Amino acid sequence: MYEFVSGPLVWIAFAIFVGGSLYKIYYMLSNCKKENVVFPHMSLKHSLASLVHWVIPFNNQYMQKRPIFTIVSFAFHICLVLTPVFLLAHLVLLDESWNISWFNIPDGIADWMTIVVIIGCIFFLYRRLADPVVKNVTDGSDYLLLAITALPFITGFIAYHQLFAYKTILIIHILAGEIMLIAIPFTRLSHMLFFVFTRAYFGSEQGHVKNSKDW
Amino acid sequence: MRPTIVKREPVVDDALDQCEARLTEEEIEKVINEVIDKETGGRLWTYVNTCIHCGLCAEACHWFISNDRDVSFAPVTKVKDTIWVMLEKKGKVDAAFIKRCSQIAHTECNLCRRCGMYCPFGIDIAYMLLVVRRICAKLGMVPLYLQDTVHSHAATMNQMWVKPDEWIDTLQWQEEEAQGYVPSARLPLEKEGAEIMYSVIGPEPKFLAQLLGNITVIMKVAGLDWTMPATAGWDNSNMAMYSGDFEIMARVERLHHETAQRLKVKKIVMGECGHAFRGAEYDGPTWMGWMKPPIPIVHAIEFYYDLIKSGKIKIVKKAEGPITSQYPCNVIRNAGLGSKLQYIMSAVCENFVDLIPNDRHAFCCNAGGGTINCGPPWKKLRVQSARLQSENFKRTGAHTIVTPCHNCHSGVEDIVDKYKLGMHVKFFSELLIEAMEIPEHLKPKEE
Repeated sequence: MYEFVSGPLVWIAFAIFVGGSLYKIYYMLSNCKKENVVFPHMSLKHSLASLVHWVIPFNNQYMQKRPIFTIVSFAFHICLVLTPVFLLAHLVLLDESWNISWFNIPDGIADWMTIVVIIGCIFFLYRRLADPVVKNVTDGSDYLLLAITALPFITGFIAYHQLFAYKTILIIHILAGEIMLIAIPFTRLSHMLFFVFTRAYFGSEQGHVKNSKDW
Repeated sequence: MRPTIVKREPVVDDALDQCEARLTEEEIEKVINEVIDKETGGRLWTYVNTCIHCGLCAEACHWFISNDRDVSFAPVTKVKDTIWVMLEKKGKVDAAFIKRCSQIAHTECNLCRRCGMYCPFGIDIAYMLLVVRRICAKLGMVPLYLQDTVHSHAATMNQMWVKPDEWIDTLQWQEEEAQGYVPSARLPLEKEGAEIMYSVIGPEPKFLAQLLGNITVIMKVAGLDWTMPATAGWDNSNMAMYSGDFEIMARVERLHHETAQRLKVKKIVMGECGHAFRGAEYDGPTWMGWMKPPIPIVHAIEFYYDLIKSGKIKIVKKAEGPITSQYPCNVIRNAGLGSKLQYIMSAVCENFVDLIPNDRHAFCCNAGGGTINCGPPWKKLRVQSARLQSENFKRTGAHTIVTPCHNCHSGVEDIVDKYKLGMHVKFFSELLIEAMEIPEHLKPKEE
C-alpha cells in the first residue's frame, strides 16, 4: 500500500494536477476570447498594480479594516504553500528518488507553520458556522474543501510527531496530499490558479479602462 | 445550499406580476441558456468557479449595512439567489424565481461596483447582476416604471417622452433666460463643425430646464465654440442599459454618437450625470464592438475642472458655509474623476467638507443603477436602504450637498427628505454660476 501511494499515485496526482490546471487555464482563456472586452482591456501595468496591492498585507483599505481576517488569511495561505514545498521530509524523498534538493525549512518552524494552517482552517470553519453571511452561502462542498485542505496538515502533524499508528497515518497523509492536488483544478480550490487572472482583469478594467483603482 | 431567508414587505408591481403569470418554463430555460451560452464567456465562468464563498463583499454593500446587516442583501447572497441557481439548474427555474431575480437585480442593487473593489479576487459581482438583468429583460421581467423609460427611449430616443418641438422650444426658452444674465449668450443649435457638442439627459428639458440656461451662460463666459443638436440624439441617458435591453441601449448610444459625428464636433461634453457617462463611454461602445467612443466624451466634472484650472472661468464669490459632495459611482469609482471633483468643489466652496469614506470608496446614493427608475413601488425600501449614506451626510454638518449626477440628485433629495437632514441638494453648475465672474463687457448694460 505504502509503495503504491508513495510511488505511482504520486505521479498520477501530479499529472492530474498539472494537466488539469493547464486545461482549466486554457479553458478560461479560450472562453474569454469569446467576449469582446477581456483581452482588449488587459494592461500589464495595471495588472501588476492590482496584484501588488492585494498580495501585500494591509496594502489596501479593506484589509486595514479587517485586521484579524487579513492576518489569519495571509498566514494561512503562506504556510499552506511554503510548508509542503520546503519541508525536509519531503525533500529527502525527492533527493532519494531524483537526487535533487533545495533549501529546507527547519523542522521546528515547519511544525509551527503546520499548526498555523490548522488554526486557519479552524478559523474559516468558525466563520462558516458563525458569520450569518458566510453561513448562508455555505453548503457541503465548502466543508469538503476545508476538509481536503486541512487533512494533509493534520495527518502530517500526527505523522511527524509519531503520535500513533505511524505507518497508517503516513499512508493517509500521502493520500490526503494527493487528493488535494487532484482537487485543486477541479474544485473552487482553483482560486489558487485563477487569483492572478481575476485580479489582473479587474485591475486592468479599473485602471486601464476606467482610469480608477481597485484597492 | 439552504434557501436564503428573505423578509420583505410585499410590493405590487404590475409589470412583474403580469409577467410572472405569462412566462412558461420552456421560455425561461431557453432564454437563460441563450444568454449564458451566447453573451457570456470566460468572465462569468471564472467568477463563479473562483468565488470561495467568503462573504467579504457584504461589508462593502450599503444595502446590507443599512438594513441592519440583513443577509439577504449581501452581494454574495444576491449572486447565490440568482445566477448560481440558474447555472446549477441549467435554466430550469420557474417564473416566481425570475420575478425574485428581477427584484434583486433591478431594485436591490445599484451596480455601483463597490463590492468588486472589496473582493480579494476582484470578482465583478455587479457584472453578474447585470447578466441577471439581461436575462430578466429578455423575458420581459422588468419593473413597470423602468420599462416605461425604456419604451420612451425606443419610441422617442429620449428617456422622458420629450417631443421634438418641446425640445427645441425648451432650448430657446432657456437661451432667453440665459440672456437675462449675459445678453450676448447663445444656445447654438445644429452648428456644424463646432468644437463641442453638449448633450444632456431627458429629465433636464423635462423638469430641470434651468440647467440648460446655466450651461448657456457658462459656455459664453468661457468663450467656447459649442452646439446642441435640434434632432433626436440629444439625450445621452440610457435606461435600457440598466433594464438589460441592450439592443435598445445600443440604438440610443449609436444615435448619440452619430449625432455628434453629423455635427462634426471634436468632443462631446455631457451634463452632470453618471450613468449617461457610463453608457456613452463604456457599455455602449463595448456592446457595439467599438470598444471606445468614436468622439471623446468629457463629463461635466472634468469639463468644469479644465475651465477652472485653465482660468477660462474665474471664481470671485465662493459659496459660504460647509458644503459636501456626493461621489457618483459611475464617474468616480468607475471613471477616476474623484480628485477632480475635490478640486472643483474646493475651488467654488469656502468650506468643502469631504465625506467619509470619500472618492472611490464612497457609498452609492442608492438611486443609481436604475433603481430610482423602478418607481414609487420600490421607493420605500430604496430610501430605507440609504440609511448609511444619510448618516455619512449628517456627519459632515453641511448645509448643501452637491450631486454632479442626476440619479444622485434625486436619490439624495429622497435621503434628505426621509432622514430630515435639512440640507439643500444642488448640481455643481448651480454653485458655479453663483461663484463665477461674469466679465464687465458681458454684463447687461444699465438702461
